[in-house]
Amino acid sequence: MKLIIATIKPFKLEEVREALTTIGVRGMMVSEIKGFGSQSGHTEIYRGAEYAVNFVPKVKLEIVVLASMADQVVSTIADTAKTDKIGDGKIFVLDVESALRVRTGETNDDAL
Amino acid sequence: MKLTKTLLVGTALSALPTFALAQDAAPSFDEIGPYIMTTLLFLVAGFLVFFMAAGFAMLEAGLVRSKNVAMQLTKNIALFGIASIAYWAIGFNLMYPGDAWSVAGWLGPFFAVTTLEPVGLAAADASLDYASVASDFFFQLMFVAATASIVSGALAERIKLWPFLAFCAILTGVLYPISGSWQWGGGWLSELGFSDFAGSTVVHSVGGWAALAGAIVLGPRLGKYKDGRTVPMPGSNLALATLGMFILWLGWFGFNGGSQLAAGTVGDITDIGRIFANTNMAAAAGAVTALIATQLMYKKADLTMVLNGALAGLVSITAEPLAPSLLGSLLTGAVGGVIVVVTVPLLDKFKIDDVVGAIPVHLFAGIWGTLAVGFYTGNFGAQITGILAYGVFTFVASLVIWFIFKAVWGIRVSEEAEINGLDMSELGMEAYPEFSKG
Repeated sequence: MKLIIATIKPFKLEEVREALTTIGVRGMMVSEIKGFGSQSGHTEIYRGAEYAVNFVPKVKLEIVVLASMADQVVSTIADTAKTDKIGDGKIFVLDVESALRVRTGETNDDAL
Repeated sequence: MKLTKTLLVGTALSALPTFALAQDAAPSFDEIGPYIMTTLLFLVAGFLVFFMAAGFAMLEAGLVRSKNVAMQLTKNIALFGIASIAYWAIGFNLMYPGDAWSVAGWLGPFFAVTTLEPVGLAAADASLDYASVASDFFFQLMFVAATASIVSGALAERIKLWPFLAFCAILTGVLYPISGSWQWGGGWLSELGFSDFAGSTVVHSVGGWAALAGAIVLGPRLGKYKDGRTVPMPGSNLALATLGMFILWLGWFGFNGGSQLAAGTVGDITDIGRIFANTNMAAAAGAVTALIATQLMYKKADLTMVLNGALAGLVSITAEPLAPSLLGSLLTGAVGGVIVVVTVPLLDKFKIDDVVGAIPVHLFAGIWGTLAVGFYTGNFGAQITGILAYGVFTFVASLVIWFIFKAVWGIRVSEEAEINGLDMSELGMEAYPEFSKG
């Protein structure tokens, strides 16, 4: 099992969700986050005073899938979330040690 | 109930002969028409100026951070109540002494409580050349509340509730009426030829001077000026701020139009129409100028500045909304819009923290509007004298009061209270309890 953590632009969330369900992803965790990467924020002016927007709003997806599916999920997210503009986000893939479905007690691959 | 009815009928019957007599001597409509129209003007204009209290409340609620909104609203309703009582108990007669000056032209009578006409006033007993005292009092009262609202916006997010309200009581009961009597009460400035139609100086600059003194004594909000930089503290709700601005704009028609103080002739009612049109034009010009200026200066239009720009246009035209042409009003308002865009960052340079831009809008644009009257009267000397007189009196008196309050009472909330927000620390309630803290 792999955990895929992806940060994407918030307006892309719905499109990415559709693309992922189409290829058979059956669950995901979504959170609204703020952060910065190479974009490292930008400056704005309010009432004549300049200020830095250091943290940009993003959406974070956490998806656990079968190891065999991970590459396809990563490429689907990358293709769908891409706008070719700065701030499109990043995708990380981690190994998952175990999984358990609370209701049935199923574990690991069966729990996904 | 039945007894009362019988009594009423009895009274009516016994009064019949008197009625007949009164009807013989009843004045013609030509005689009472102007009185009725002017009284009606005061009532309608009074409603409109009253609504400005809602405008100030919404503007300020929108421009403070969400952790201070409930407190800002509390101050706005409280100051309106206090102003109403103070103006009744002391202010109105202090401002309009008639023949009862304590010091001729300078100081009216103290503690002369306002009284109204008796119920069912007969035409013969009315001051037919003007309007009812009640309507006049009601109308003038709304102006003094506007003055206090100006102070609350500038000092938002850090001043303690009760010292602020105590200051409002003195401002509305004593300071504003004394300086107001110099001009509108027929005092020394009106003798001098100073002209301020609806109160660019008498109302708005007075509020602005009191706010400036308060902002200096109180100091800026925590973290507002750091390492020589101004740290923006964006307002919690620009939709409310915009609504507040439009309400103020609406109320201003009563503010300026009602200040014609007469509606009973073709000339007067036509003038009121002129004032409405000119007032609207100045606000429009102020908004457009601020819009263009912020776009050019900052590459992006700044809504909060556009709101201030419209208000600055309104303040600018208030000293003379009748004489100018529509083009003249446009120019007067446009300069007001520029003044706001330039002076908001300027105040920040001096580390004077004015949360809603009240000082640029009401003081600086007020000074400009009052000066501009000189183009129509030709008497710039009197205009400058008036501006200085109101400035020195209000600023110095306010400074002294704020310093005394600061020394003996403390006017600022604790650092912790300010960080947590005045809503929770001073009131124990929030305007938006279901959302996260600003």
